[in-house]
Amino acid sequence: MMHEKPVLIREDGLRHDGRRPDELRPIKMEVGVLSNADGSAYVEFGGTKVLAAVYGPREVHPRHLALPDRALLRCRYHMAPFSTMDRKSPAPSRREIELSKVIREALESLIFVDLYPRTSIDIFIEVLQADGGTRTTGLTAASLALADAGIPMRDLAAGVAVGKIDGVLVLDIDEVEDEYGEADMPIGYAPSIDEIVLLQLNGVLSLDEFRQALELAKKGATMIYKMMKETLHNKYLRILSEE
Amino acid sequence: MSLTPTKQPIIPRIKRETIRKLLARGERIDGRRFDEYRPIKAYLNPIPKAEGSALVRLGNTIVMTGVKIEVGTPFPDRPEEGVLQVNAEFVPLASPTFEPGPPDEFAIEAARVVDRNLREPRAVRLEDLVIIPGKKVWIVFNDIYLLDHDGNIIDAGMLSTMLALNTARIPSIVSIEGDNVVVDKRNKDKKLGINLNVVTVSIGIINDYLLVDPGLEEELVLDGKITIGFDEKGRITGIQRTGMHGIPSNMIDNIISLASRKAAELHSYLREVLNNPTTYSKTLAEIMKSEG
Repeated sequence: MMHEKPVLIREDGLRHDGRRPDELRPIKMEVGVLSNADGSAYVEFGGTKVLAAVYGPREVHPRHLALPDRALLRCRYHMAPFSTMDRKSPAPSRREIELSKVIREALESLIFVDLYPRTSIDIFIEVLQADGGTRTTGLTAASLALADAGIPMRDLAAGVAVGKIDGVLVLDIDEVEDEYGEADMPIGYAPSIDEIVLLQLNGVLSLDEFRQALELAKKGATMIYKMMKETLHNKYLRILSEE
Repeated sequence: MSLTPTKQPIIPRIKRETIRKLLARGERIDGRRFDEYRPIKAYLNPIPKAEGSALVRLGNTIVMTGVKIEVGTPFPDRPEEGVLQVNAEFVPLASPTFEPGPPDEFAIEAARVVDRNLREPRAVRLEDLVIIPGKKVWIVFNDIYLLDHDGNIIDAGMLSTMLALNTARIPSIVSIEGDNVVVDKRNKDKKLGINLNVVTVSIGIINDYLLVDPGLEEELVLDGKITIGFDEKGRITGIQRTGMHGIPSNMIDNIISLASRKAAELHSYLREVLNNPTTYSKTLAEIMKSEG
């Protein structure tokens, strides 16, 4: 049902959940959380909770899909039926098909795929609870899971969405801000090589607003990237201390 | 599940190298400037039975868009609005690499990019499409039909979509009894309301070079591609980055400026076609004869 548009930017300049415009939601990350997968990660951006698993490099099934000169990348972004307010059908939607593609393409550019010819690297992203920014949280989790699997990459990609709400550009929008805001711009950014690996804009922005939004997104992604590196670092410290 | 494409058209290594080598000399494989579109030809109303239609040739790429307008139920969260549904079909007659079946991820992506660039700036006046509030509205089905694939499907699809929607007329309502709406499709009186026009500009990236409107052979050797939508006021209406390589972030500014300049050109072409509908209305037989 149609709800009244909530106040997104309060009189004190803060957002509906009390964040500053350039503030991320509380972020939690963990790697190696699943035992069967070769690599896995759990990432939480506020109410958005995502698990990613990587299997591979492994033999390709069916075999005719194998590529002679590089690894085949397969990526599935999927939302659990209970992840949303109204139950989502588990069958893949057109949105999920598109997001699987943009996430796969983001990762294609980072993985050294020619090191593993005739194999597949399968990336599974399950959104367990959705509260805005699921594709960017998913990309962040997938990057961590690939690193956890020990797959060589040019860089890690950190994902974050910038939005325009009540005329203000804000970092890391949640579901309410996405629903009632004027624009949503998810990006995937690899800070060490300074490359944009995912960029979409849903909404209307002036050229100037776009430039500011991109800067804000890169700043946010760089903060997330630091947390990703710490998360991986801590995992290896833990392994060392257990030896 | 999204897979690394395995059924791309084969492009000989020698041609791949030629395309890249020519760029260093400032040339493209088909002789265009880097910032030049292929010749664009647009035709209005090739399908009289549709509520609106248009066909666009972009070089050798041919895209047709047909609009059908039917009575249906609104989305429960938008009872006071009609529905716009954008779909794209990459039918097998358009390329040796296309196969019959439901739309693949490329067709779905193309349709969704066009859809978002229309929806976000409210290009179509959906609020005018209500018949019985909350119960019956007009549903606008916008089907993009790719007939010959030579690259840059999205820009051609967006252009033909915009033209088809501008020509679309709503069937007349004969009677409304309770929730039963009787429609006469042979009688189309009212034009579909359009708030503003939108075009997309796709730019391919190879090394440091930016190529406007990449053709299929160029698409196959690109590092990456970015599609940016602009409305007629020069605002950005949507962005989609595609392809298997990232974009160095210091190139983004140049890409956006170049795209905004090319968008102005496409908008003036769009206006020219829409202001002279008789000049640009052709039968399919005439279009097929005209060899682009």
